[in-house]
Amino acid sequence: MDWLIPLILTVITASTPLLLASTGELITEKSGVLNLGVEGMMLVGAISGFAVTASSGSAILGILAAIIAGMLMSLIFAFLTLTLMANQVATGLALTIFGVGFSALVGSGFVGFAIEPLPGLHIPVLTDIPLVGEILFGQDFLVYLSIVMVIAVGFFLSRTRGGLILKAVGDSHHSAHAIGYSVIKIRYMATMFGGAMAGLAGAYLSLSYTPMWAENMTAGRGWIALALVVFATWRPGRLLAGAYMFGLISVLQLHAQSAGVHVPSQFMSMLPYLATVIVLVIISSDRAKIRLNAPACIGQAFRPAQ
Amino acid sequence: MNANLVKRTLAAVVATGALALGMGAAQAEDVKAGFVYVGPIGDHGWSYRHDIGRQAIEAALGDNATTSYVESVPEGADAERVIRQLAQTGHNLIFTTSFGFMNPTVKVAKQFPNVKFEHATGYKRDANVSTYAARFYEGRYVAGVIAGKMTKSNIVGYVGSFPIPEVVRGINAFMLGAWSVNPDVKVKIVWANTWYDPGKEGDAAKALIDQGADIMVQHTDSPAPLQVAENRGVVGFGQASDMIKFAPKAQLTAIVDHWDEYYVARAKAVMDGTWESIDTWGGIDSGMVDMAPYTNMPDDVKALAEETEAKIASGEIHPFAGPIYDQAGELRIKEGEDATDEMLLGMDWYIKGIDAELPK
Repeated sequence: MDWLIPLILTVITASTPLLLASTGELITEKSGVLNLGVEGMMLVGAISGFAVTASSGSAILGILAAIIAGMLMSLIFAFLTLTLMANQVATGLALTIFGVGFSALVGSGFVGFAIEPLPGLHIPVLTDIPLVGEILFGQDFLVYLSIVMVIAVGFFLSRTRGGLILKAVGDSHHSAHAIGYSVIKIRYMATMFGGAMAGLAGAYLSLSYTPMWAENMTAGRGWIALALVVFATWRPGRLLAGAYMFGLISVLQLHAQSAGVHVPSQFMSMLPYLATVIVLVIISSDRAKIRLNAPACIGQAFRPAQ
Repeated sequence: MNANLVKRTLAAVVATGALALGMGAAQAEDVKAGFVYVGPIGDHGWSYRHDIGRQAIEAALGDNATTSYVESVPEGADAERVIRQLAQTGHNLIFTTSFGFMNPTVKVAKQFPNVKFEHATGYKRDANVSTYAARFYEGRYVAGVIAGKMTKSNIVGYVGSFPIPEVVRGINAFMLGAWSVNPDVKVKIVWANTWYDPGKEGDAAKALIDQGADIMVQHTDSPAPLQVAENRGVVGFGQASDMIKFAPKAQLTAIVDHWDEYYVARAKAVMDGTWESIDTWGGIDSGMVDMAPYTNMPDDVKALAEETEAKIASGEIHPFAGPIYDQAGELRIKEGEDATDEMLLGMDWYIKGIDAELPK
């Protein structure tokens, strides 16, 4: 059993960035906006968080900087797609490419810096409980925040008026507009929430997961987060399960190898993506079901009727 | 989703332009060197060290040399396009710095007979294609000796990238070094199937430490495994460049790639018109393989490491001195003989005693 606790601890850290970024993207997509720039926003968040933490010595300031940087990135996207009505897919891809290059440019001065990782929680007695203590009470606060946020988003979408309005905007922007809601304003806010969460996910990578800055350090996690949202059919509960499942698969193969279990590691590396494809096929086969929950207006530009 | 940008030093470009106008009758040919990197130069590892070599050319040759580079080039169809583009844009010396660039390099070289190519870590040469590599296994042998002395659990964790000869040779050399001082050392190997993914490399290191490893060795490019070692209170070795900043309490030493002198010499050869196709495989004695300062170890281990390094440089120790058996018990290198370069370059077998299966 002594292998299980470390395994769970590693899974939690591998899943948290996916969960943070996909929670934000879920809200963005629910409002009818498809922002493919998650990877780029994460990278800019990662370097902003790292740069500010390294210069100021304060991880809190770094995290705030990452949130703001992610929001600014999403604001660029929102301005181009919502105000200027640019194509969302193309703009999102461009945002990712921009983020990769921009973060590398800003980060070139921070290569080789080392910082202290975010401290883990330590509650006397509770953290010291054998087996579950460290898992439940020994993480850094971003891990708890990721869980709180996904629950809050679930509550917001299903139990609040704001959530209803958001879904209305995502499902039928003309109707929402007709009954007096400002579609563009709501979409701006949803997109910026997505940017803030992506920035936070980036900060988790550069401040806690691997406390350093390296170019392109997200290594595709932004794309996995995007896939996760579809994988979860836009449901927060499934998003949580999916993030942890992806984290488990990616970590399990490394543990299996070091334990000497002979599995082709290439196959195991491929598994998270294979799982996504399989689930996509399964949920897509039931069209009615996926339609019920997919935002109907996703990716469409909104032009108020004259 | 990488933007592969050709970046040029603007000032240098302007300088060459001025130079080209001014010295039409000069004998020496100006060098315009292009570099193709497999990772970002900010990886603080493999590509970063090649870029240090590129900067050495500019520093040494001044106005007679301009350089440009393309980073994060995937090994595959993109590589050929990038290499051809460099050849077409007037570069007369092109360094392709990853094993997977071998076939594209040779292919493009055939179409541009006047351009000189330098391919790192490959084995295909041509009239205008040289190959070069460094005997990093010599450094890994030294690391193995240190690990054999330092380990308490007798378990070494090894994060590998891909099971290619370069990496397999490194594992074998490391274990030969470790066993030379401590026959009880065991190695656990995790293949990350990537050269560069800090998160995954770190997770692999965590898995190994969770399984009892107290020495972390990596053959991937980011400092993440060493950083995990630092956080978990174990020790390890840096890869490609000195990573002491990431692990002040954990780095024992690092096997540092040192291409500067070779790159400058090759650029000068192009300038003088003396360039010819050669095969270079330099070890500790040539300076291509450099050991970072020995830290975080007792003085006697440090002395032993320095002695081993010196003996390898002088040729007194050959890491692959026979007799060496493979896992099946077959005698691969006879008593009194050393492994040939050909055997080292194609090494696709583990030595006897390694308790792991080599992925096919």
